[in-house]
Amino acid sequence: MGAPLIGARIQRKEDYRFLTGAGQYTDDVTLQGQTHAVFVRSPHAHAKIKSIKKDKALKAPGVLAVFTGEDLAAAKVGGLPCGWLITDVNGQPMKEPPHPCLAQGKARYVGDHVAVVIAETLDGAHDAAELVEVDYEVLPAVADAAMARAKGAPVLHDAAPDNTCYVWALGDKAAVDAAFAKAAHVTKLEFINNRLIPNAIEPRAAIGLYSRAEDAYTLYVSNQNPHVERLLMAAFVLGLPEHKLRVVAPDVGGGFGSKIYLYAEDVVVTWASKQLNRPVKWTAERSESFVSDAHGRDHHTIAELALDKDGKFLAMRVKTTANMGAYLSTFAPAIPTILYATLLAGQYTTPAIHVEVTAVFTNTAPVDAYRGAGRPEATYVVERLVETAARELKLDPAEIRRRNFIKQFPYQTPVALLYDIGDYEATMAAAIKLADVAGFPQRRKEAEARGKLRGLGYAAYIEACGIAPSAVAGALGARAGLFEAGEIRVHPTGSVTVFTGSHSHGQGHETTFAQVVADRFGLPIESVDIVHGDTSKVLFGMGTYGSRSLAVGGTAIVKAMDKIIAKGKKIAAHLLEAAEGDIEYDRGVFKVAGTDKQKMFGEVAFAAYVPHNYPHDKLEPGLNENAFYDPSNFTFPAGTYVCEVEIDRDTGTTKVVNFTAVDDFGKIVNPMIVEGQVHGGITQGIGQALTEGCRYDATGQLTTGSFMDYCIPRADDVPSYKVDTRETPCTHNPLGVKGCGEAGAIGAPAALMNAITDALGIKDLPMPATPQTVWKALQNKKAA
Amino acid sequence: MHAFNYHRPSNVNDAAAQAVKGEAKVLAGGQSLVQAMKLRLAAPSDIIDLGMIKDLAGIKTDGKTVTIGAMTRHAEVARSADVKKAIPALAALVGMIGDRQVRNMGTIGGSLANNDPAADYPAAVLGLGATITTTKGTHTADKFFKGLFETALKPGEIITSVSFPVPKRAAYMKFKNQASRFAIVGVFVADTGAGVRVAVTGAAPCVLRLAEMEKALTAKFAPESVANLKVKPDGLNSDLHASAEYRAHLITVMARRAVEAAMK
Repeated sequence: MGAPLIGARIQRKEDYRFLTGAGQYTDDVTLQGQTHAVFVRSPHAHAKIKSIKKDKALKAPGVLAVFTGEDLAAAKVGGLPCGWLITDVNGQPMKEPPHPCLAQGKARYVGDHVAVVIAETLDGAHDAAELVEVDYEVLPAVADAAMARAKGAPVLHDAAPDNTCYVWALGDKAAVDAAFAKAAHVTKLEFINNRLIPNAIEPRAAIGLYSRAEDAYTLYVSNQNPHVERLLMAAFVLGLPEHKLRVVAPDVGGGFGSKIYLYAEDVVVTWASKQLNRPVKWTAERSESFVSDAHGRDHHTIAELALDKDGKFLAMRVKTTANMGAYLSTFAPAIPTILYATLLAGQYTTPAIHVEVTAVFTNTAPVDAYRGAGRPEATYVVERLVETAARELKLDPAEIRRRNFIKQFPYQTPVALLYDIGDYEATMAAAIKLADVAGFPQRRKEAEARGKLRGLGYAAYIEACGIAPSAVAGALGARAGLFEAGEIRVHPTGSVTVFTGSHSHGQGHETTFAQVVADRFGLPIESVDIVHGDTSKVLFGMGTYGSRSLAVGGTAIVKAMDKIIAKGKKIAAHLLEAAEGDIEYDRGVFKVAGTDKQKMFGEVAFAAYVPHNYPHDKLEPGLNENAFYDPSNFTFPAGTYVCEVEIDRDTGTTKVVNFTAVDDFGKIVNPMIVEGQVHGGITQGIGQALTEGCRYDATGQLTTGSFMDYCIPRADDVPSYKVDTRETPCTHNPLGVKGCGEAGAIGAPAALMNAITDALGIKDLPMPATPQTVWKALQNKKAA
Repeated sequence: MHAFNYHRPSNVNDAAAQAVKGEAKVLAGGQSLVQAMKLRLAAPSDIIDLGMIKDLAGIKTDGKTVTIGAMTRHAEVARSADVKKAIPALAALVGMIGDRQVRNMGTIGGSLANNDPAADYPAAVLGLGATITTTKGTHTADKFFKGLFETALKPGEIITSVSFPVPKRAAYMKFKNQASRFAIVGVFVADTGAGVRVAVTGAAPCVLRLAEMEKALTAKFAPESVANLKVKPDGLNSDLHASAEYRAHLITVMARRAVEAAMK
């Protein structure tokens, strides 16, 4: 038994293969007889497809097939299903227009998949794709969510004649109106939470393989949740029993949400592999990723906070229009509702909150969960309002938060969630100290002497992670459960393979999960391997998103370990000739209480597989257990971020000079991995606030369709972060963990924009705060 | 990428002859051309790669001029002790081109022949009044840059080297596009000893000189000479990242900062 592994900074087991180029990504998979697919995509945001002529393409060298929406319809291939049903304010189901895998009748956004060309070579497929003649009748388009419901706006779907998917509301409107009527002060902001393009380093990719011998399919796909992909594709699109479809998500180079979903390309290569009786491979080019991966955010919001004269929050009123894009992506309807509206209490005791969300269709790429998913938008609403209110009431921004923090737990918010635990004051106090807020006035003075404007901003975020109690999710419209599954296979000589439904694509599960298991079993970490990402190996899984892996997937593993230990005690009792009730277990040692008689974990495992001396009358041989875990509540990570910026007056350039994050993630298994997650999240949050702005022009053309125009932050755009953690262990999972993957992206944008508006001395500024945007704001201020 | 014929001549005359055939394109580093080919925006029938022509690469200095072979990679110019000593502003400018990978492949000849409106090199060539030598003769910088992606080069004419006169003092200030890191505005200021030259890249369809600033700086080489010289936005580029007004403003800011840097 070595040193404790929980809480240890163990280097990532998976990094050796990643850093030495031994990773195996979908595009690395090469199958015998493999063919190549290239998708013909709509160059128009909105167009009627009058005809598609395949002849020239079919005659091109090496072309094996060209398929269109008509072919899929004839083969009864279904459309892409939506995994979440929102019921609107009138009790009606949301509008759910068909989402064909290849366009039928109309193309509805630039990049919409219109046809597929499959050829012997990739170049041949590209050449032939240029020969597919699509006769488009270009229709007027609408890209801006705020314009989608305007009179005379172009209509995307017959099923939604006003381009409205749903109007949904949460909270007590009457109580909110009453509170506003008696408020001493109202702070109001109107802003756009900018649309983002995910840009995982590995683009999406898929290879479909059909086996005539087994009449079964295998799909290799860059995906975050292979079992969900299998369920959706088999049951709802291809009409296959699940045992006839194996989905493998091998090494996946990042997802950030964008690889949760079932995409049309995945379906098409799978279906086509049977038509051709050959494997069909597709790997997105970066330009395709820009137009066809599900985007994130894109809210237009009007938010108001009512306060009394002492700065106590009385009520909040929020109206949001959320852009769904042209079709509903897998979980799209849940993002601006369940993952957004329910977080609007933030860390505060605001007694009454009402939120109305209108989801609209536009001629843009579908929008779905992207790191944070709804919670960055909610945090932005709450924390921009709170900071602005503090400025308007001339209160210290930390003090106004202190006056309103929730202090008693559990706490029932007015927007459905029940927070189990937290200590917001302690977390903020730690952040204030680490950020040296006390020294800020001096730093600002020094900056002024150098001609720079310096500002400081806070964000005290909360998120609901560990998604999710299935019953709650189901009541809110989920069409799936949100449990997780795990299996522990103890081998005869005591090493362990763990199978988990949580997929790892950058999170470091292969290390963190191994730490949890090795620690409990008293094994060296090398003796524990984690297997994920293959439906033929892993019993089941709901996948990785919503910072759920350790809280939900980790707990399933703990439950399976409990069963292993329970069985191990029985075996040990037999071997030690003691009563089962007298066996104590601690980190790999089964011991008869009060004696020095003991058996090690490996000895017990060996006895289970070489059962010469074994209680065969009471126990099966072998040591292999699985468990499913459905959480009883969400987890609620929370923290305070403090950001300091310096702005160059002459150019409008903003430099993030200090960024401090103190997070409460509950118990931490591997602080190094957690810090990495926080660093990455903050960097993406800085991206949203400073550099990343997805833009469509009025005709629906994506004007930020490459890294020439779309700027994800680089190392020299961000400072060296100061991060620390506080710990209030989650009350309802055995590890006491909460989740850390999204926090940075959730808290950072509000902290940044609070700092920038502080530096500029203005109320608001649109994200991203590019140099030109800041410069214009400075010009306007000068003119005013 | 469309299929194409690949040629790798060993001397520049062969290259020039091959370059006029069909829809041939000369490859001189390929940091713009290959991207365009990958996106299928360019589909040359033939690629004439200058990479094997040894006498096209290299740096020579004689105290009065720095001569850079057309195929000299940016990275080599940026780290050249001779260039750093003779014209530090030039070495610094080249060190700001693209990223490390681009600088390891990109060449001066390729950059100038392409004449991207936001490229850095044209600012130095025009700002220093360099001379461009080709297979057909020489061009002065003032007559070389003709417009958007347009130069004085005739079909089949290949740049062989560029000679920069060593200035008294000079500096380049670049305001980068956050995403592409190309110049939104880049200003090269050179005090040649016989007057001041100010060249601006990124701001307009083609690199240009600013006569008013040159006059003011020739009279007095000091930041305050240009600090209040407003540039008219007419004719300047306007895009997602920077309006013409913003670019006009940035020209003044970058010019002032370049003068400050040159005086250090």
